Amino acid sequence: MRRKITVFIIIALCYLLQTTLFSVLSFASISPNLLIIVVSSFGFMRGKKEGLFIGFFCGLLLDIWSGSIIGFYSLLYMYIGYINGMFRKLFYPEDIKLPLLLIAGSDITCNLFIYFIMFLFRNRYNFNYYFLQLMLPELVYTMVVTIFLYFIILKINQRLEVIEKRSASKFV
Amino acid sequence: MKRKPKFVLPTKYILLIMTGVCVVALLLSFTLNIKGGPLNTIAGYVFVPMQKGINTVGSWVVEKSDNLKQLNDVMKENEELKAQVDSLTSELNTIKLEQYELENLRELLELDQKYPSYEKVAANVIGKDGGNWFTNFTIDKGADDGIEVDMNVIAGSGLVGIVTDVGPNYAKVAAIINDTMKVSGMVTSTSDNLIVSGSLQNMNEHMVIEFSNLNDKDDEVAIGDPVVTSYVSDQYQQGILIGYISSLEMDANNLTKSGTITPAVDFEHIQEVLVILNKKQTAEE
Repeated sequence: MRRKITVFIIIALCYLLQTTLFSVLSFASISPNLLIIVVSSFGFMRGKKEGLFIGFFCGLLLDIWSGSIIGFYSLLYMYIGYINGMFRKLFYPEDIKLPLLLIAGSDITCNLFIYFIMFLFRNRYNFNYYFLQLMLPELVYTMVVTIFLYFIILKINQRLEVIEKRSASKFV
Repeated sequence: MKRKPKFVLPTKYILLIMTGVCVVALLLSFTLNIKGGPLNTIAGYVFVPMQKGINTVGSWVVEKSDNLKQLNDVMKENEELKAQVDSLTSELNTIKLEQYELENLRELLELDQKYPSYEKVAANVIGKDGGNWFTNFTIDKGADDGIEVDMNVIAGSGLVGIVTDVGPNYAKVAAIINDTMKVSGMVTSTSDNLIVSGSLQNMNEHMVIEFSNLNDKDDEVAIGDPVVTSYVSDQYQQGILIGYISSLEMDANNLTKSGTITPAVDFEHIQEVLVILNKKQTAEE
Protein backbone atom coordinates (compact mmCIF):
# COMPACT_ATOMS: atom_id res chain seq x y z
CA MET A 1 0.00 0.00 0.00
CA ARG A 2 2.81 2.35 0.96
CA ARG A 3 4.46 1.56 -2.37
CA LYS A 4 1.28 2.22 -4.34
CA ILE A 5 0.79 5.63 -2.76
CA THR A 6 4.43 6.56 -3.29
CA VAL A 7 4.36 5.50 -6.93
CA PHE A 8 1.15 7.41 -7.48
CA ILE A 9 2.69 10.55 -6.00
CA ILE A 10 5.78 10.15 -8.21
CA ILE A 11 3.65 9.72 -11.34
CA ALA A 12 1.41 12.66 -10.46
CA LEU A 13 4.37 14.90 -9.67
CA CYS A 14 6.17 14.00 -12.90
CA TYR A 15 3.04 14.51 -14.98
CA LEU A 16 2.36 17.90 -13.39
CA LEU A 17 5.94 19.04 -13.86
CA GLN A 18 5.89 17.86 -17.45
CA THR A 19 2.75 19.79 -18.32
CA THR A 20 3.51 22.96 -16.36
CA LEU A 21 7.11 23.65 -15.43
CA PHE A 22 8.94 21.86 -18.21
CA SER A 23 6.71 23.14 -20.99
CA VAL A 24 7.74 26.62 -19.85
CA LEU A 25 11.41 25.62 -19.57
CA SER A 26 11.36 24.09 -23.04
CA PHE A 27 14.25 24.68 -25.44
CA ALA A 28 13.06 25.33 -28.99
CA SER A 29 9.56 24.23 -27.92
CA ILE A 30 10.76 20.76 -26.98
CA SER A 31 10.10 19.50 -23.46
CA PRO A 32 11.44 16.30 -21.85
CA ASN A 33 9.34 13.19 -21.34
CA LEU A 34 9.39 12.58 -17.58
CA LEU A 35 6.77 9.86 -17.57
CA ILE A 36 8.84 7.62 -19.81
CA ILE A 37 11.67 7.86 -17.27
CA VAL A 38 9.33 6.76 -14.48
CA VAL A 39 7.82 3.90 -16.50
CA SER A 40 11.17 2.68 -17.73
CA SER A 41 13.00 2.90 -14.39
CA PHE A 42 10.29 1.11 -12.46
CA GLY A 43 10.22 -1.47 -15.23
CA PHE A 44 13.84 -2.52 -14.93
CA MET A 45 14.00 -1.97 -11.16
CA ARG A 46 10.87 -3.91 -10.24
CA GLY A 47 10.15 -6.30 -13.09
CA LYS A 48 7.62 -6.89 -15.80
CA LYS A 49 4.44 -6.82 -13.75
CA GLU A 50 5.00 -3.51 -12.05
CA GLY A 51 6.39 -1.98 -15.25
CA LEU A 52 3.23 -3.07 -17.02
CA PHE A 53 0.85 -1.51 -14.51
CA ILE A 54 2.81 1.70 -14.02
CA GLY A 55 3.06 2.04 -17.80
CA PHE A 56 -0.65 1.50 -18.14
CA PHE A 57 -1.54 4.18 -15.61
CA CYS A 58 0.92 6.73 -16.98
CA GLY A 59 -0.50 6.11 -20.43
CA LEU A 60 -4.05 6.44 -19.16
CA LEU A 61 -3.17 9.79 -17.61
CA LEU A 62 -1.86 11.02 -20.97
CA ASP A 63 -4.90 9.60 -22.76
CA ILE A 64 -7.33 11.40 -20.48
CA TRP A 65 -5.54 14.71 -20.64
CA SER A 66 -4.02 15.09 -24.05
CA GLY A 67 -5.11 12.26 -26.31
CA SER A 68 -8.20 12.29 -28.44
CA ILE A 69 -8.88 8.58 -27.98
CA ILE A 70 -8.60 6.55 -24.79
CA GLY A 71 -6.23 3.58 -24.95
CA PHE A 72 -3.50 4.57 -27.40
CA TYR A 73 -0.90 5.86 -24.94
CA SER A 74 -1.98 3.27 -22.36
CA LEU A 75 -1.16 0.47 -24.76
CA LEU A 76 2.14 2.03 -25.84
CA TYR A 77 3.42 2.81 -22.33
CA MET A 78 2.23 -0.54 -21.00
CA TYR A 79 4.36 -2.43 -23.51
CA ILE A 80 7.32 -0.15 -22.83
CA GLY A 81 7.05 -0.89 -19.10
CA TYR A 82 6.72 -4.62 -19.76
CA ILE A 83 9.70 -4.79 -22.11
CA ASN A 84 11.84 -2.79 -19.68
CA GLY A 85 10.88 -5.32 -17.02
CA MET A 86 12.63 -8.06 -18.99
CA PHE A 87 15.97 -6.39 -18.23
CA ARG A 88 15.59 -6.68 -14.47
CA LYS A 89 18.16 -9.49 -14.25
CA LEU A 90 20.80 -7.32 -15.92
CA PHE A 91 20.16 -4.37 -13.64
CA TYR A 92 22.62 -3.26 -10.95
CA PRO A 93 21.87 -0.04 -9.05
CA GLU A 94 25.48 1.19 -9.20
CA ASP A 95 25.67 1.02 -12.98
CA ILE A 96 24.04 3.93 -14.80
CA LYS A 97 24.84 2.78 -18.35
CA LEU A 98 22.02 0.27 -18.64
CA PRO A 99 19.32 2.63 -17.25
CA LEU A 100 20.43 5.40 -19.58
CA LEU A 101 20.42 3.05 -22.54
CA LEU A 102 17.02 1.61 -21.68
CA ILE A 103 15.38 4.98 -21.05
CA ALA A 104 16.82 6.35 -24.30
CA GLY A 105 15.56 3.29 -26.16
CA SER A 106 12.11 3.65 -24.59
CA ASP A 107 11.83 7.34 -25.46
CA ILE A 108 12.83 6.77 -29.09
CA THR A 109 10.54 3.76 -29.46
CA CYS A 110 7.64 5.70 -28.00
CA ASN A 111 8.17 8.64 -30.36
CA LEU A 112 8.67 6.40 -33.39
CA PHE A 113 5.34 4.72 -32.70
CA ILE A 114 3.59 8.06 -32.30
CA TYR A 115 5.12 9.21 -35.59
CA PHE A 116 4.18 6.08 -37.50
CA ILE A 117 0.63 5.94 -36.23
CA MET A 118 -0.34 9.59 -35.90
CA PHE A 119 1.73 11.24 -38.65
CA LEU A 120 2.81 8.79 -41.33
CA PHE A 121 -0.76 7.66 -41.89
CA ARG A 122 -1.71 11.27 -42.62
CA ASN A 123 0.83 11.60 -45.43
CA ARG A 124 3.51 13.36 -43.40
CA TYR A 125 6.46 11.63 -45.04
CA ASN A 126 9.28 13.91 -43.96
CA PHE A 127 10.71 11.46 -41.44
CA ASN A 128 14.14 13.11 -41.35
CA TYR A 129 12.68 16.38 -40.21
CA TYR A 130 10.60 14.89 -37.41
CA PHE A 131 13.50 12.70 -36.31
CA LEU A 132 16.10 15.45 -36.22
CA GLN A 133 13.96 18.32 -34.98
CA LEU A 134 11.63 16.57 -32.57
CA MET A 135 12.67 13.11 -31.48
CA LEU A 136 16.40 13.75 -31.12
CA PRO A 137 16.10 16.98 -29.09
CA GLU A 138 13.52 15.34 -26.87
CA LEU A 139 15.88 12.39 -26.40
CA VAL A 140 18.80 14.62 -25.41
CA TYR A 141 16.69 16.70 -23.05
CA THR A 142 15.17 13.59 -21.51
CA MET A 143 18.63 12.09 -20.99
CA VAL A 144 19.80 15.21 -19.15
CA VAL A 145 16.78 15.08 -16.86
CA THR A 146 17.24 11.32 -16.42
CA ILE A 147 20.62 11.77 -14.75
CA PHE A 148 18.87 13.61 -11.89
CA LEU A 149 15.48 11.97 -11.85
CA TYR A 150 16.81 8.41 -12.11
CA PHE A 151 18.82 8.70 -8.90
CA ILE A 152 15.83 10.17 -7.05
CA ILE A 153 13.63 7.28 -8.18
CA LEU A 154 16.39 4.79 -7.36
CA LYS A 155 16.79 6.14 -3.82
CA ILE A 156 13.02 6.12 -3.23
CA ASN A 157 12.80 2.55 -4.48
CA GLN A 158 15.68 1.38 -2.29
CA ARG A 159 14.12 3.03 0.75
CA LEU A 160 10.80 1.33 -0.03
CA GLU A 161 12.47 -2.05 -0.43
CA VAL A 162 14.21 -1.72 2.94
CA ILE A 163 10.91 -0.87 4.64
CA GLU A 164 9.14 -3.74 2.90
CA LYS A 165 11.85 -6.23 3.93
CA ARG A 166 11.67 -5.07 7.52
CA SER A 167 7.91 -5.44 7.80
CA ALA A 168 8.01 -8.79 5.99
CA SER A 169 10.57 -10.21 8.44
CA LYS A 170 8.37 -9.10 11.34
CA PHE A 171 5.52 -11.33 10.22
CA VAL A 172 7.47 -14.52 9.50
CA MET B 1 0.56 -23.71 10.29
CA LYS B 2 1.48 -23.64 6.68
CA ARG B 3 0.34 -20.72 4.57
CA LYS B 4 -1.72 -21.54 1.54
CA PRO B 5 0.31 -20.86 -1.61
CA LYS B 6 -1.33 -17.81 -3.15
CA PHE B 7 -2.36 -18.18 -6.78
CA VAL B 8 -0.41 -15.74 -8.92
CA LEU B 9 -1.39 -15.06 -12.50
CA PRO B 10 1.68 -15.13 -14.79
CA THR B 11 2.63 -11.69 -16.09
CA LYS B 12 2.22 -12.85 -19.68
CA TYR B 13 -1.50 -13.30 -19.14
CA ILE B 14 -1.84 -10.00 -17.31
CA LEU B 15 -0.23 -8.32 -20.32
CA LEU B 16 -2.66 -10.10 -22.61
CA ILE B 17 -5.68 -9.09 -20.54
CA MET B 18 -4.57 -5.46 -20.25
CA THR B 19 -3.89 -5.34 -24.00
CA GLY B 20 -7.46 -6.51 -24.50
CA VAL B 21 -8.73 -3.80 -22.16
CA CYS B 22 -6.81 -1.14 -24.09
CA VAL B 23 -7.98 -2.39 -27.48
CA VAL B 24 -11.60 -2.41 -26.31
CA ALA B 25 -11.16 1.13 -24.94
CA LEU B 26 -9.64 2.21 -28.27
CA LEU B 27 -12.50 0.74 -30.27
CA LEU B 28 -15.11 2.18 -27.92
CA SER B 29 -13.70 5.69 -28.05
CA PHE B 30 -13.32 5.41 -31.83
CA THR B 31 -16.84 4.26 -32.57
CA LEU B 32 -18.88 5.85 -29.79
CA ASN B 33 -16.72 8.94 -29.33
CA ILE B 34 -16.50 8.41 -25.59
CA LYS B 35 -13.72 10.36 -23.93
CA GLY B 36 -13.20 8.83 -20.51
CA GLY B 37 -16.50 9.90 -18.96
CA PRO B 38 -16.24 9.56 -15.17
CA LEU B 39 -12.46 9.07 -15.40
CA ASN B 40 -12.17 12.58 -16.81
CA THR B 41 -14.18 14.05 -13.96
CA ILE B 42 -12.06 12.34 -11.30
CA ALA B 43 -8.84 13.33 -13.03
CA GLY B 44 -10.17 16.88 -13.26
CA TYR B 45 -10.72 17.14 -9.51
CA VAL B 46 -7.32 15.63 -8.70
CA PHE B 47 -5.03 17.40 -11.15
CA VAL B 48 -6.59 20.76 -11.97
CA PRO B 49 -6.09 22.29 -8.50
CA MET B 50 -2.45 21.13 -8.45
CA GLN B 51 -1.76 22.49 -11.92
CA LYS B 52 -3.34 25.78 -10.92
CA GLY B 53 -1.10 25.98 -7.85
CA ILE B 54 2.11 25.31 -9.74
CA ASN B 55 1.13 27.83 -12.37
CA THR B 56 0.38 30.58 -9.89
CA VAL B 57 3.77 30.14 -8.21
CA GLY B 58 5.56 29.81 -11.53
CA SER B 59 3.97 32.81 -13.19
CA TRP B 60 4.63 34.93 -10.08
CA VAL B 61 8.36 34.17 -10.27
CA VAL B 62 8.49 34.69 -14.02
CA GLU B 63 6.56 37.94 -13.71
CA LYS B 64 8.93 39.37 -11.09
CA SER B 65 12.06 38.52 -13.05
CA ASP B 66 10.53 39.75 -16.29
CA ASN B 67 9.52 43.03 -14.68
CA LEU B 68 13.10 43.87 -13.78
CA LYS B 69 14.39 42.87 -17.17
CA GLN B 70 11.77 44.80 -19.07
CA LEU B 71 12.03 48.05 -17.17
CA ASN B 72 14.94 49.28 -19.26
CA ASP B 73 13.39 48.19 -22.51
CA VAL B 74 10.13 49.84 -21.60
CA MET B 75 11.72 53.19 -20.86
CA LYS B 76 13.44 53.20 -24.22
CA GLU B 77 10.27 52.08 -25.90
CA ASN B 78 8.33 54.83 -24.19
CA GLU B 79 10.37 57.51 -25.95
CA GLU B 80 9.80 55.93 -29.32
CA LEU B 81 6.11 55.45 -28.67
CA LYS B 82 5.61 59.08 -27.70
CA ALA B 83 6.93 60.12 -31.07
CA GLN B 84 4.70 57.56 -32.69
CA VAL B 85 1.64 58.83 -30.83
CA ASP B 86 2.04 62.24 -32.42
CA SER B 87 2.16 60.92 -35.93
CA LEU B 88 -0.68 58.53 -35.25
CA THR B 89 -2.94 61.20 -33.82
CA SER B 90 -2.90 63.09 -37.05
CA GLU B 91 -3.54 59.88 -38.93
CA LEU B 92 -6.40 59.06 -36.59
CA ASN B 93 -8.17 62.30 -37.37
CA THR B 94 -8.35 61.50 -41.04
CA ILE B 95 -9.50 57.98 -40.26
CA LYS B 96 -12.22 59.29 -37.97
CA LEU B 97 -13.61 61.23 -40.84
CA GLU B 98 -13.61 58.15 -42.99
CA GLN B 99 -15.16 56.13 -40.17
CA TYR B 100 -18.01 58.62 -39.98
CA GLU B 101 -18.58 58.20 -43.64
CA LEU B 102 -18.45 54.43 -43.34
CA GLU B 103 -20.97 54.40 -40.53
CA ASN B 104 -23.37 56.40 -42.58
CA LEU B 105 -23.01 54.01 -45.45
CA ARG B 106 -23.42 51.01 -43.15
CA GLU B 107 -26.60 52.40 -41.78
CA LEU B 108 -27.84 52.69 -45.27
CA LEU B 109 -27.03 49.07 -45.91
CA GLU B 110 -28.37 47.96 -42.52
CA LEU B 111 -25.28 45.92 -41.84
CA ASP B 112 -25.26 46.77 -38.17
CA GLN B 113 -26.59 43.40 -37.18
CA LYS B 114 -23.96 41.46 -39.06
CA TYR B 115 -21.33 41.26 -36.33
CA PRO B 116 -23.07 40.80 -33.00
CA SER B 117 -20.80 40.98 -29.98
CA TYR B 118 -20.34 37.49 -28.64
CA GLU B 119 -20.68 36.54 -25.01
CA LYS B 120 -17.28 35.46 -23.72
CA VAL B 121 -15.72 33.99 -20.60
CA ALA B 122 -12.07 34.47 -19.66
CA ALA B 123 -9.94 31.50 -18.63
CA ASN B 124 -6.32 30.77 -17.72
CA VAL B 125 -4.18 28.15 -19.41
CA ILE B 126 -3.06 25.73 -16.69
CA GLY B 127 -1.38 22.89 -18.56
CA LYS B 128 0.11 22.00 -21.92
CA ASP B 129 0.08 18.71 -23.77
CA GLY B 130 2.39 16.11 -22.25
CA GLY B 131 4.32 15.42 -25.43
CA ASN B 132 5.89 17.47 -28.18
CA TRP B 133 3.75 16.24 -31.05
CA PHE B 134 0.54 18.17 -30.53
CA THR B 135 -0.46 21.57 -29.20
CA ASN B 136 -3.36 21.00 -26.87
CA PHE B 137 -3.83 22.70 -23.58
CA THR B 138 -6.03 22.69 -20.53
CA ILE B 139 -7.87 25.77 -19.26
CA ASP B 140 -9.28 26.34 -15.79
CA LYS B 141 -12.92 26.88 -16.72
CA GLY B 142 -15.30 24.07 -17.57
CA ALA B 143 -18.92 23.04 -17.77
CA ASP B 144 -19.64 24.91 -14.51
CA ASP B 145 -18.92 28.16 -16.33
CA GLY B 146 -21.07 27.25 -19.30
CA ILE B 147 -18.35 25.97 -21.59
CA GLU B 148 -19.32 23.26 -24.05
CA VAL B 149 -17.52 21.18 -26.65
CA ASP B 150 -17.01 22.98 -30.01
CA MET B 151 -16.93 26.46 -28.56
CA ASN B 152 -14.33 28.76 -30.13
CA VAL B 153 -11.36 29.98 -28.13
CA ILE B 154 -9.64 33.30 -28.83
CA ALA B 155 -6.74 35.21 -27.32
CA GLY B 156 -6.31 38.90 -27.91
CA SER B 157 -7.98 39.29 -31.26
CA GLY B 158 -6.94 36.02 -32.89
CA LEU B 159 -8.36 32.53 -33.05
CA VAL B 160 -6.63 30.02 -30.75
CA GLY B 161 -8.64 26.88 -31.29
CA ILE B 162 -11.68 24.93 -30.30
CA VAL B 163 -12.85 23.16 -27.14
CA THR B 164 -12.58 19.40 -27.64
CA ASP B 165 -13.50 18.11 -24.21
CA VAL B 166 -15.11 19.53 -21.09
CA GLY B 167 -14.99 18.54 -17.44
CA PRO B 168 -16.75 20.29 -14.56
CA ASN B 169 -13.79 22.51 -13.74
CA TYR B 170 -11.57 22.30 -16.82
CA ALA B 171 -11.74 22.16 -20.61
CA LYS B 172 -9.32 20.85 -23.21
CA VAL B 173 -8.54 23.09 -26.17
CA ALA B 174 -7.02 21.95 -29.47
CA ALA B 175 -5.03 24.76 -31.08
CA ILE B 176 -5.42 25.59 -34.79
CA ILE B 177 -1.67 25.01 -35.27
CA ASN B 178 -2.18 21.33 -34.40
CA ASP B 179 -1.10 19.05 -37.20
CA THR B 180 -4.55 17.49 -37.36
CA MET B 181 -6.59 20.69 -37.38
CA LYS B 182 -8.36 22.30 -40.33
CA VAL B 183 -10.29 25.56 -40.38
CA SER B 184 -12.10 27.08 -43.30
CA GLY B 185 -11.06 30.69 -43.64
CA MET B 186 -11.66 33.69 -45.83
CA VAL B 187 -9.43 36.46 -47.15
CA THR B 188 -11.05 39.69 -46.02
CA SER B 189 -9.90 41.76 -48.97
CA THR B 190 -11.52 39.58 -51.63
CA SER B 191 -13.90 37.30 -49.63
CA ASP B 192 -12.27 34.25 -51.21
CA ASN B 193 -12.49 31.05 -49.20
CA LEU B 194 -9.52 28.90 -48.33
CA ILE B 195 -8.66 26.02 -46.02
CA VAL B 196 -6.22 26.62 -43.17
CA SER B 197 -4.44 23.54 -41.86
CA GLY B 198 -2.02 23.30 -38.96
CA SER B 199 1.46 21.98 -39.55
CA LEU B 200 3.95 20.90 -36.93
CA GLN B 201 6.92 21.22 -39.26
CA ASN B 202 6.11 24.70 -40.59
CA MET B 203 5.18 25.94 -37.14
CA ASN B 204 8.47 24.79 -35.60
CA GLU B 205 10.62 26.04 -38.47
CA HIS B 206 9.03 29.31 -39.54
CA MET B 207 6.18 29.97 -37.06
CA VAL B 208 3.58 29.70 -39.82
CA ILE B 209 0.67 27.41 -40.71
CA GLU B 210 -0.44 26.30 -44.15
CA PHE B 211 -3.41 27.19 -46.29
CA SER B 212 -4.68 25.72 -49.52
CA ASN B 213 -7.58 25.77 -52.00
CA LEU B 214 -7.57 29.53 -52.43
CA ASN B 215 -9.40 30.43 -55.61
CA ASP B 216 -7.89 33.70 -56.78
CA LYS B 217 -8.11 34.03 -60.54
CA ASP B 218 -7.37 37.72 -60.76
CA ASP B 219 -4.30 37.68 -58.48
CA GLU B 220 -5.93 40.07 -56.06
CA VAL B 221 -4.81 38.41 -52.83
CA ALA B 222 -1.47 39.75 -51.63
CA ILE B 223 1.00 38.92 -48.89
CA GLY B 224 -0.08 40.56 -45.65
CA ASP B 225 -3.81 40.19 -46.25
CA PRO B 226 -5.73 39.20 -43.11
CA VAL B 227 -7.48 35.83 -43.06
CA VAL B 228 -10.57 35.38 -40.89
CA THR B 229 -12.84 32.42 -40.20
CA SER B 230 -15.28 31.88 -43.00
CA TYR B 231 -19.05 31.91 -43.03
CA VAL B 232 -19.04 28.40 -44.52
CA SER B 233 -17.40 26.87 -41.44
CA ASP B 234 -19.76 24.79 -39.34
CA GLN B 235 -17.68 25.01 -36.17
CA TYR B 236 -16.21 28.50 -36.11
CA GLN B 237 -18.00 31.80 -35.72
CA GLN B 238 -17.64 34.07 -38.69
CA GLY B 239 -15.01 36.79 -38.82
CA ILE B 240 -12.48 35.78 -36.15
CA LEU B 241 -8.96 36.71 -37.21
CA ILE B 242 -6.73 33.70 -37.90
CA GLY B 243 -3.60 35.45 -39.16
CA TYR B 244 -1.92 37.18 -42.07
CA ILE B 245 -0.80 35.64 -45.35
CA SER B 246 2.98 35.34 -45.34
CA SER B 247 3.60 33.50 -48.60
CA LEU B 248 1.53 32.57 -51.60
CA GLU B 249 2.04 30.43 -54.67
CA MET B 250 0.07 28.86 -57.51
CA ASP B 251 -0.71 25.15 -57.20
CA ALA B 252 0.32 22.64 -59.85
CA ASN B 253 -3.25 22.56 -61.13
CA ASN B 254 -3.05 26.27 -62.12
CA LEU B 255 -6.46 26.89 -60.54
CA THR B 256 -5.95 27.29 -56.84
CA LYS B 257 -3.28 28.82 -54.68
CA SER B 258 -1.68 27.70 -51.47
CA GLY B 259 0.82 29.16 -49.07
CA THR B 260 1.41 30.00 -45.44
CA ILE B 261 -0.23 32.17 -42.80
CA THR B 262 1.41 33.77 -39.77
CA PRO B 263 -1.04 33.22 -36.90
CA ALA B 264 -2.28 36.29 -35.06
CA VAL B 265 -1.76 34.56 -31.70
CA ASP B 266 1.60 33.85 -30.08
CA PHE B 267 1.05 30.16 -29.29
CA GLU B 268 4.30 29.84 -27.34
CA HIS B 269 3.20 32.24 -24.62
CA ILE B 270 -0.54 31.86 -24.25
CA GLN B 271 -1.63 32.48 -20.68
CA GLU B 272 -5.12 33.88 -20.85
CA VAL B 273 -7.78 33.01 -23.38
CA LEU B 274 -11.41 33.94 -24.01
CA VAL B 275 -13.99 31.29 -24.77
CA ILE B 276 -16.88 32.44 -26.95
CA LEU B 277 -20.05 31.08 -25.38
CA ASN B 278 -22.09 31.33 -28.57
CA LYS B 279 -21.86 28.26 -30.72
CA LYS B 280 -22.22 28.38 -34.47
CA GLN B 281 -25.77 27.61 -35.48
CA THR B 282 -25.95 24.90 -38.10
CA ALA B 283 -28.79 23.57 -40.11
CA GLU B 284 -28.83 20.23 -38.30
CA GLU B 285 -29.54 21.74 -34.90
